[in-house]
Amino acid sequence: MKSLKAQHHRLSSAKEEIGILENPIPGSKGDGFSTYLDEIGLFPLKPTQLDILQLNLGKMCNQVCQHCHVDAGPDRKEIMTRDIMQLCLEVIRNHEIKTVDLTGGAPEMNPDFRWFVEEIRSIDPEVTIIVRCNLTIILANPKYHDLPEFFKKHRIEIASSLPYFTSAKTDSQRGDGVFDKSIKALKLLNEQGYGMEGSGLILNLVYNPSGAFMPAAQSGLELEFKKRLADKFGITFNSLFTITNLPISRFLEYLLRSDNYEAYMEKLIASFNPVAAAGVMCRNTISVGWDGYLYDCDFNQMLELKVATKDSQHIKDWNKASLLGREIIVKNHCFGCTAGAGSSCGGTTI
Amino acid sequence: MKTYYNPEDLKNFGKIAEFQKPLADKFFDYYGEVFAEGALTAREKSLIALAVAHTIQCPYCIDAYTTDTMEKGCDEEQMMEAVHVAAAIRGGASLVHATQMMNKAKEISM
Repeated sequence: MKSLKAQHHRLSSAKEEIGILENPIPGSKGDGFSTYLDEIGLFPLKPTQLDILQLNLGKMCNQVCQHCHVDAGPDRKEIMTRDIMQLCLEVIRNHEIKTVDLTGGAPEMNPDFRWFVEEIRSIDPEVTIIVRCNLTIILANPKYHDLPEFFKKHRIEIASSLPYFTSAKTDSQRGDGVFDKSIKALKLLNEQGYGMEGSGLILNLVYNPSGAFMPAAQSGLELEFKKRLADKFGITFNSLFTITNLPISRFLEYLLRSDNYEAYMEKLIASFNPVAAAGVMCRNTISVGWDGYLYDCDFNQMLELKVATKDSQHIKDWNKASLLGREIIVKNHCFGCTAGAGSSCGGTTI
Repeated sequence: MKTYYNPEDLKNFGKIAEFQKPLADKFFDYYGEVFAEGALTAREKSLIALAVAHTIQCPYCIDAYTTDTMEKGCDEEQMMEAVHVAAAIRGGASLVHATQMMNKAKEISM
């Protein structure tokens, strides 16, 4: 399967996606998401702090998942250079960042990935470093086989997608054979102590629905995952994060192709939760694109909606005061983060 | 073509209160309580509802509880097993009455 970009699909254009998202959904109020925020006194949406720096190290990936909001895959060549990484290191060094969240694509495929991790750790021995590891990358090539040891050495927190504890549902979303490889990779991480009580090595799994429906309650599904993975495969992990699929990129393409778009949006809107809205991740996160531009979140990054500041749109111009004073850009895709128990890169938000 | 069943009507279930609000309110309060987490989990209740939906062959209920069970983290295999439970009870209910047939047949036979 090729990326939407390689297919020259109309939804590989952010402008096209935004055009679709701006069409009114039957039954929704006013101007869409901003109206819902306005009614609860949250519009314009403002940051509360700046704790998390989420970095997209590139769109290259060894997988081509059906729902990927990055439209990542082997045919994507965008990659963060060492020069941009140096600028990120300056921000980490000088601005009290608590968490550095490395994502992609498969972030490990960036040729400077290991150098970058080592530099971050040398700057700040205590900062939390999260790697969003797709698991199969560990087995994809001998040069990645020692990633579990590397992660352990630098006390990396691992967040890995596993949509279900069976192969049928996992492979339908992430590709043939992904489940079996993911299980092998999880065992390798467990062997290093990841996910084991008392090891201090955190292994979190990420669930997102394999279709046009909302995620299950996080706590109940976590128990089910723990039981199934332990009983059948002897695998342990720390927490399960449940994430709602946002209607952008490949998931938007799926929703439109399967004629589920309108019903899905209606459901997200009907499930708008003011408490979840107050806790959205864009209020304490800045997302950095592979080319150094700054965004309110990873989803706005993919929609090419740069932060609404005049003097701090690129990592080279980082201005904390300006970023903390900005208005976060919201559009109808944001209903995905405020539905039900809320959704973020760290799971539910309430 | 006009049909008695329209999928869009499912969204209007709550509007039955337009014609009789006090009883509808009581029903929906009760409904909400029934499906809340209790001695049974909300997930278990959803699977029971899915099985019952097939027993009473209600298209609205099948639509609603197919989505609901998936939103409770069930997969297709679990959902189909729930429907087989309904089918087994329905089939068993027919077959267990065969004992009456056998009794009667024996009663009137030499």
